[in-house]
Order: sequence, then C-alpha cells, then structure tokens
Amino acid sequence: MLLPRKGCIGIQLLLVQIILLLLCSPLRAALMDEQDLAVLADGSYTDKRELVTSLPDRPGATALLPVLQTMLGGDLYLSESGQLISVTDADNDQYRIADLDSGDVTLADSKGDLKRVRINNSVRRILRRTIAQLQLRADDPAMRLAAVNQIIEKVDSDSVAIIREYYSDEQDTEVREAMAVVLAVGDLRTGDVALAGAAIETLSTSLEPVALNTLQQFMQGTDSALLARQAQDAIDAIEARVAVYENIETLYFGLSFGSVLVLAGIGLAITFGVMGVINMAHGELIMLGAYTTYVIQQLMPDMIGISIIIAIPAAFLVSALAGILMERLVIRHLYGNPLETLLATFGISLILQQTVRTIFSPLNKSVITPDWMSGLLEVNSVLSLTWNRLYIIVFCLMVFLALVFVMKKTPLGLQVRAVSQNRNMARAMGVRSQWVDALTFGLGSGIAGVAGVALSLITNVGPNLGQAYIIDSFMVVVFGGVGNLLGTLFAGMSLGVMNKVLEPSAGAVLAKILILVFIILFIQKRPQGLFPQRGRAAEG
Amino acid sequence: MNRTSVFADDTGGKIFLMVLAVLCVVVPCANLLVPESSALHMSTYTVTLLGKYLCYALLAIAADLVWGYLGILSLGHGAFFALGGYGMGMYLMRQIGDRGVYGNPDLPDFMVFLNWDALPWFWYGFDQFWFAMLMVALVPGVLAFVFGWLAFRSRVTGVYLSIMTQALTYALMLAFFRNEMGFGGNNGLTDFKDLLGFSLQSDATRVGLFLASAIALALGYLVCRYIVRSRLGLLAVAVRDAESRTRFIGYKVEHAKLWLFTFSAVLAGIAGALYVPQVGIINPNEFSPLHSIELIVWVAVGGRATLFGAAAGAVAVNYGKTVFTAALPEVWLFALGALFVLVTLYLPKGIVGLAAMRRARA
Repeated sequence: MLLPRKGCIGIQLLLVQIILLLLCSPLRAALMDEQDLAVLADGSYTDKRELVTSLPDRPGATALLPVLQTMLGGDLYLSESGQLISVTDADNDQYRIADLDSGDVTLADSKGDLKRVRINNSVRRILRRTIAQLQLRADDPAMRLAAVNQIIEKVDSDSVAIIREYYSDEQDTEVREAMAVVLAVGDLRTGDVALAGAAIETLSTSLEPVALNTLQQFMQGTDSALLARQAQDAIDAIEARVAVYENIETLYFGLSFGSVLVLAGIGLAITFGVMGVINMAHGELIMLGAYTTYVIQQLMPDMIGISIIIAIPAAFLVSALAGILMERLVIRHLYGNPLETLLATFGISLILQQTVRTIFSPLNKSVITPDWMSGLLEVNSVLSLTWNRLYIIVFCLMVFLALVFVMKKTPLGLQVRAVSQNRNMARAMGVRSQWVDALTFGLGSGIAGVAGVALSLITNVGPNLGQAYIIDSFMVVVFGGVGNLLGTLFAGMSLGVMNKVLEPSAGAVLAKILILVFIILFIQKRPQGLFPQRGRAAEG
Repeated sequence: MNRTSVFADDTGGKIFLMVLAVLCVVVPCANLLVPESSALHMSTYTVTLLGKYLCYALLAIAADLVWGYLGILSLGHGAFFALGGYGMGMYLMRQIGDRGVYGNPDLPDFMVFLNWDALPWFWYGFDQFWFAMLMVALVPGVLAFVFGWLAFRSRVTGVYLSIMTQALTYALMLAFFRNEMGFGGNNGLTDFKDLLGFSLQSDATRVGLFLASAIALALGYLVCRYIVRSRLGLLAVAVRDAESRTRFIGYKVEHAKLWLFTFSAVLAGIAGALYVPQVGIINPNEFSPLHSIELIVWVAVGGRATLFGAAAGAVAVNYGKTVFTAALPEVWLFALGALFVLVTLYLPKGIVGLAAMRRARA
C-alpha cells in the first residue's frame, strides 16, 4: 500500500517541478539567477543594496517592478524552490499567497516554509529609487507620469538626480512638465542664483504643495531682493489659482448637497406644491425608499452593483403604494383643511417610523456603495471630484427631467394640472378627479422613495432618516415657490451651495441655522417664494 | 349677553376650576398629612407628575388661544416653553453656587468643563429671582413679537406660518445643541439644588411647586377666558373665520394677531419655567419639532377653542403617555400616531365636542 503512494508523490513532485520550470518566465530566470536569489534570501543588507542598485542596468528590468514593489512593502517571500512569492493578509485570518511568476493565488492558514526577504531603511531608499528609475523607463506615458507624480510628493536630492537623468530623453509634454517641477525644486534648493529665476518661473505654474513650500523656503533664505519679489509673485499666483480650484470644489460640494435637497424636496413639490397637501409623512416615504434599497441589497448580496439599479423602481413602487394608501384612507377626507391634513399625516409619520423600528430594529442599517460609484476623478493636485457626488448630481437632474416630462407631456400631467387649477371644471370635462388625486399623490410619494435610494448611499438608513429631511424639504419647496418644479430645483441647488460656502467659516451646525433664519426672513419678504405662481391659480 | 362675567355660559370652565381647587386641597393633604403607610397617601412622585401635567395644561391653553381662537397653528410653541424653561434653569444653575462637582462659585459646572474663565454676559442677572422671572416672560414674548411682527405684517398665513414656526424651533434646537452657545449644549442644565432657598428634593417644595402650577394654570385660564370674551377675543374669532373680510371692515388684523401670539408665547414661557424645577432638567430636546407638534395633538384631543378642553386633553394624553411608555414602550408611538389620525378624521372637536354632541342628542 505504501510503495505505490510514495512513487505517486515522487512523480507528482517531478511534474510540479517541470510545470514550474515551464511557467518560470525566461526573462525573470535571466534576471534573478541563483546568486541573486541567495542574496535576497540570506545576503547582508549591503549586498541587497548593491543588487537592487545594479538591477536597472540589466536588460528588460522593468519586468521586475512587481517584485521590487512587493519587496518595498515587506511582503516578498522566497519558497524553497526559489520562487518569488507575495504574501499578504486576507480575510478570516488567512494569508493570500501569490506566485509572482505565474500569478497563481492561493489562500492558506499559515505561511509554511516561505522565507521572508528582509529589508531595512537604507534598502528601502534604494528600492524606491530603483522603482522610480524603472517606472520612468516604462513605455506607457501614463505610467511615467504616475512615477513622476509620486516623486513630486517627496522630492529629495536622489530623486532630482534620477529625474535629471531621464529629463532630456522624455518626449511626452505632460511628463516633461511634471519633471521640470521636480528639477526646479531641486535647483531652488541648491540656492544657486543663476538657476533660481528660471526655477521660480517654472514653479509659479505648478499647483503641487512642494512648489509652494520650496518657494517659501527660498524666499526666506535668499539675499537677493529681486528674486525674493519674484518668488513672492509666484507664491501669489499659485495661491490665487489654488483659491480658484477651492471655490470650484466648494461649488461642487454645494451642488451635490443641493441635489440631495432637491431629491428630498421634489416629491413634496408635487404633493404640497401641486396638490396643496401638507404631507408631514414625506420624510418617512423617503425612509421607506431607503429601507427598500437595504432590503433589496440583502436579497441579492452578490450583486451589489445591480441591486442599486433595481432598488430605484422598487423604492418608487413601495413608496408610491404607501402614498396611495395614505391618500385613499386619510388624506382625501381632509381636502380643504390643510392644518388637519398636517396633523393627520404627522400621525401617519409616527406610525410608519414605529413600524420600521419594530421590523428592522431601531439600529441604523448601512447600504453598501457599489464599486462603480466609489473612487475619484483627480483634476489636479488641488482639485479632485468624488464620483458618488457626481452621480448624485446626475441622478437628481434625471429625476427632475423625468418629473417635468410627466407633468408637461403626458396625459396624466395634463389632468393633474387641470385638477389643481380648477377641480370643478376639470370634473365637468370628464377628468376623474379622485383617481387623479390618488395617482398624483402616488407620483409624489414614489419620487420620495427614489430620493430614499440616493440618500441610503450617503447616510445611515434608520427610523429617523425621514425626520432629518422633512424640514429641509419644506424649506426647499417654500423657498422655491410652491407649485413650481423649476423653483424647487433652483432653491435646492442654491441652498446647497450657500450651505457649503458658509460651512468652512461657520461650522456645519451654525451654517444650517443661518440658512434656516435666512429662509424665515426671506419668506417674510416674499411670502410666495422665489418664483411665485401668477394668475388665478395663485389665489386658490 | 352679560359681558361682565367671565363665567357666563362656561359650565366646562367652572368644572375645570373646581377640579383644580379640589386638587389644591387634596394633593397637599394626601402627600404631607396622610402617613405613608396609609392607602390614601400620595407619593411625591405622583405629586410631581401631576404638577408636570398642569404645566403641560397651561402650555396647551396657550396653544389653544392662538390655534382655537386665532386660527394660527403654531408648531413652535414648544420653543417658547423651552425658552421659559431655560430662563428658570439658568436661575437654578446660579443657585447651585459652589456646590457643583468642580466647586466653582462663579461658573456652572459645564462652563468649567469647557474651560471658560468668565460668565458670558447673557448669564448676568440670573442669580436674581426677579430678573430670571422677568426673562422667563420677556424672552419668549420678545421672540414671538419679532417673529409675529415680521410674519403677520407680510401676511404669512396658514400652513406657511406653521412651517415657519417649525423651522424656528428647529433652528433653536440646533443652536442650543451647540456648546459654544453657553447653555450647556447637549446635556442642558441640570443638577439643580434649590429654589429661593427651598431644597428641590424636599416634599414640601414639591407640593409648593404643584400648588404654584395649579394657581398659574387657574390664573392663565381666567386671563385667557377674559381675553376671548373681550373685544380682542371677538376680533380674533372674526380673523380666524374671515380674515380678509375683517381687514376690509377696517380692523387691524395684524395687531390682534400679534398681541395674542405674544401673550400666548409668554404663557408658554411661564409654563416652561414651572416645569423645569419639577422635572429637574432642561435640555435642547425640548425644542424638538416633535414636542411642539405633540402639544397640538393635546389641544386637538381635548377640543379646540374651549381652553379647558385643551387643558383636559393635555392631561389625558400625557397620562396615556406615562402609562404606555411604562408598560408598552413600543406601542406608544403607534398610539400617538393613531390618535393624530383618528382625532382629525372623526373627532374634529375633540372630547369636549363629543360630550356636547351627546348632550345635544339626549
């Protein structure tokens, strides 16, 4: 019994070795010979430094980049057979073991016989330099640019020397510009007056923090009044441009926050603005939409990316149904009594909150943001825009346009407007006003649900989600002018931007208070909002 | 119609005042004179609870004055109540003196905690009882006057006004949550020791506070009753029912609204000031829009435009709240929500209206 098995293992081992030899890229085999591997495994730090320093001179050395980067991270290991392995932590206390040759990945509970390649700070320094050198040789300009940008974050004499070496051969303008900044920083730091003028000129167009720092240091150190003034001008120019980009960023934050406000308020613009129903449960309809998103994500945990898309119509339906039920059971008995409607719908909001609290517990749930929504768009080193905010702005505009389309171009929209302008006349023309009421209320409620999908991605989903937004929603609608969709959009966006403009100097809470006080005073001045309705409808 | 008597055609009011008078005799006796072992003994906890209800009742009367008689649904009356409470709270904080945790004779504990070295200017004078009581009435009054002056002059009415008052109390809540405001931030004001030299822990003080609340409620009721039977009150009803017509006839609608609104805010502030020493704490949660809207439902349950009905509604709903939150805390919000819906749908005139309907049928 034993013998055949032993033979079996022997054959298996042989096979494995053959496969490994086949997989082992000839390139790497040439670059990392037995001697190199021995240095990596047991060599002194001096040997390792020498080895790493010599690498860029070998042909085809760029293939070694992943190995060197793994080594820099301290994750490089050697197997007994001399394979280069990357070992990193995985979930559940396991290790992710990746063969850097073949790319095979396995998960294991222990590191086994793998031997770690030890490095120290001086090796790390050499590694960084070598990696930079290799990256600067890459064929892809984007990769070269990335390498230079990485250097820019931490310029030292070493990196300046490397950049100087490659600068003359560089063809790509963008990469050259970035390199010029590094060189200029190096020139200024030497304090050489002959080079300083040109260097200041170069740095004045850069937005990198290092450019500003170097200029400030140079200004303090220099004896020449002319150069100091030149440097001061350059600093002013940089700061002016940074300020511009910061303003753009504030505007962007403001618009995305404004989009949230518009989304929260736009459903109310239908139920309150068009129908005149004070729906204090509007926030809870948003909350229902957010919980629908959560439930759908729980139902399909493997498809987070798609679940958000599916949640949009689902949330619309759930909230619209809840809204139609509310309208049929309670609100329709109270038409013409706005204050009573307010109280009754507030009662409904309490019931909805408590229902959710009973079903889902009072604890906050979190909805996972899909991968395609995270990340950011880096415009330059000062300005970077996060994708999720951009998506919210786009989503808000889409919802808005869809709503405007429904109201202006569809038969339902026509009937809704007819009923809101003159109910009796509309009935006389054959419009089923009760049916239109229910559908209109459903539409506004459904939009609130859709807003809930968006809100679930940027805030915690909890029973109090709706309360947090109800006052904001009313402010947006009242500020924009009741019954005016475009006014709601404009009001939401401007309140969002105002909020973000005030926030840095006043703090988040005070900014919010100031905005509320502003609206209270504004309404005293213009009770009909920014865009008042004109004509007969205004008097109703 | 005999306009000289406040009590004309007011059976409900008479009953209400009589009940109050009986309570004023029975409660102190049952608490202080009856020995604890007796079944008739009333615990100090119950006395305080009753005193709290009476403060709520006064607040409800204040809200009813503007909602029932003037047609203004204020969703911000809780703010006036809380401001009055803060006024009293500040006085009580100054009475602590050096008995606080940090033992600082000049600064309340939370200011020491925030490393402040001097009392902010707006705390000056609150160590004097008369000044604090003046502020209790003045601060809510001035706020209501300014807010009302702006709002009524530009003819913000109906639902808009409701939403604006809600925004007002919401903004105040956010402001009082800030530590920098100097009102104790999140924790508010608490750990009170004594009032006018009487320890707040003693039974006699509690009974005294109960009596003060009862008397304030009775006086508040009588003054409101006097107002609604005066020319101003009749004008208010006219404004409620046909604002434009009243204006065209030549009445200063804005003046009537402004004075009643301001008076109602002062009343709410006084209720808040009596409430704070009994519950022993005031914090920014009192400003939350939920509180303000809840007190509207007390009025709705009791019956609008009756005054005593509002007071009865406040006591009834709060009794329900005490019972429910102790026994079935999850059910309370369901019950409150259902109460909102059912009362507006089926009992537009509240319990008092229901009773009147019964009597008419009989």
